[in-house]
Amino acid sequence: MDTVWGDNVAQNIAFYLIAAIMVGAAIKVVTSKNVVHAALYLVAVLIGMAGQFILLGAEFIAATQLLVYVGAIVVLFLFGIMLTRAQVGSDPDVDTTAAQRTTGGFVAFILLVVMGYAIYGTEGLSETKLPEERVQTIAEVSDSIFSTYLVPFEAISVLLLAALIGAIVLARRD
Amino acid sequence: MFGDPLLIGDIGLEEVLIVAFKGALAFVIMLVAVILMIWFERKVIADLQNRVGPNLAGPWGLFQTLADGIKLIFKQDLIPSKADRVIFALAPFLAMVPAFISFAIVPLGGNFQDNGGVVSWFGRDTYFQLADPPIGFLVLLAMSSIGVYGMMLAGWSSGSKYPLISAVRATAQAISYEAALGLSLVSVLLVSGSLSTHDIVLSQAGGGFGGIIPNWNVIVTGIVPFVIFLIAAAAELSRTPFDLVEAEQELTGGYNTEYSSIRFGHFYLAEYMNLITMSSIMVTLFLGGPSGPIFGPSFLHPVLPVLYFVAKLMIFLFTAVWARATLPRFRYDQLMDLGWKVLIPIALGWLLLLAAIQIGRDQDWNMALVIIGSLAVMAIGAALLTTAIGSARRLRLSEEVS
Repeated sequence: MDTVWGDNVAQNIAFYLIAAIMVGAAIKVVTSKNVVHAALYLVAVLIGMAGQFILLGAEFIAATQLLVYVGAIVVLFLFGIMLTRAQVGSDPDVDTTAAQRTTGGFVAFILLVVMGYAIYGTEGLSETKLPEERVQTIAEVSDSIFSTYLVPFEAISVLLLAALIGAIVLARRD
Repeated sequence: MFGDPLLIGDIGLEEVLIVAFKGALAFVIMLVAVILMIWFERKVIADLQNRVGPNLAGPWGLFQTLADGIKLIFKQDLIPSKADRVIFALAPFLAMVPAFISFAIVPLGGNFQDNGGVVSWFGRDTYFQLADPPIGFLVLLAMSSIGVYGMMLAGWSSGSKYPLISAVRATAQAISYEAALGLSLVSVLLVSGSLSTHDIVLSQAGGGFGGIIPNWNVIVTGIVPFVIFLIAAAAELSRTPFDLVEAEQELTGGYNTEYSSIRFGHFYLAEYMNLITMSSIMVTLFLGGPSGPIFGPSFLHPVLPVLYFVAKLMIFLFTAVWARATLPRFRYDQLMDLGWKVLIPIALGWLLLLAAIQIGRDQDWNMALVIIGSLAVMAIGAALLTTAIGSARRLRLSEEVS
């Protein structure tokens, strides 16, 4: 990494382009007055994220991102919105109060500081030579999940199972 | 295992041009296929109903679709006053683009028998498919889940009641059957050992058991995943008997009720693009794609794989039309029951069985014991599931009575 642009100019241009779109869409998610529009801007952010993963050579994670977040979670958001408040046009209920805006902004700022510190505060990070980038095969991903990261993986599975049972308990009529 | 030989090494202008040519070719193939498919569907349904069908535009009415397309372009484009205009305009494209993107991963030709599926175009070795990403058919799953947005947003943005009901149905149906679709594909991944469509076709080429029965995944995975995929694909495409999304009698049309002119045409196009893409994927994943015996004079060699592919594709396209002319529509609760309580458990059980056999083969276990043990576990699981479903139904009935 000699210059700001790094070794791969095209990749960096693509990164900043996608990042700019993602930031713009993310701002629209919180400022949009229409819930469906906000959900669609969220889709734009998530697709941008998948694009960034492809730039990093993590194609499997990019596909999973599309499959899980865009294809399932936001679809369920929209499904819920359509069943409850399906009106076209801006929604007066979505207006936020000044207190909500301030709290939201404060939390976002704290998050920015913490994450920025985690990245720039790590010692020797700027001198670290990253390994050469290459496309990660799915076999590698699954090998590391089922060996190195087996315990966290199982813990997340149990957490999801708990969430599933919790949802059923909440949805039961009795 | 290394992807398209064209893209190995440096990428220059020549490679870019070849890929662009492939893209244009795939698009033209898709559009021509859609035009022919619409004509084919109308003709076959007419035959099955003792009618003549389109017969005036061109020989055997072949140009009917073109005439309809031109008519649609020149019709007045209406947008309802209550519609969300931007999303209303965006929705047809959201339905169309994913259908084409998943078509890009289908290998359409190439000698898989003794040449590894490599063709030589403009003096360069390449694959007869637009893209061969290492994530392979995950592209299909991702795109089919994005395709839902088209129907859903079309229904919502119309600002009208019937399209909204249709959109809600479409979303619920697509989400429910996507799980079964994905689970049946994992079986293919298990026996092929790769996600790449090219590698999957390669693994199916050549003779299988006894050199006579083909080595196709439909046989290797034991037919069950194929049947599940076929049913789930019909539901994803909302073809009969799963066409609740477009139940004219209840919804005056469906999510596209408020659409007119070429916007309606785009939905029509997307529907048939999806049908052709899904059928091609079935040919690729289960019926060996363009692979088949290569014989005869050498000028036949590049042609034969394409012919095999088209012949296999026609099986599915005809079946789709046949089902549409024959089967009545499912009721909504039957649709959900079939998806969640039948297809997903069977797909999951079969996947575990295949995995057990695979591990048994690797570890040199007694194969008979492995199969009997797995079947016993599956039977116990099925019994438990049926008991749970039955008692849940009894409980609900007694609640409704009291």
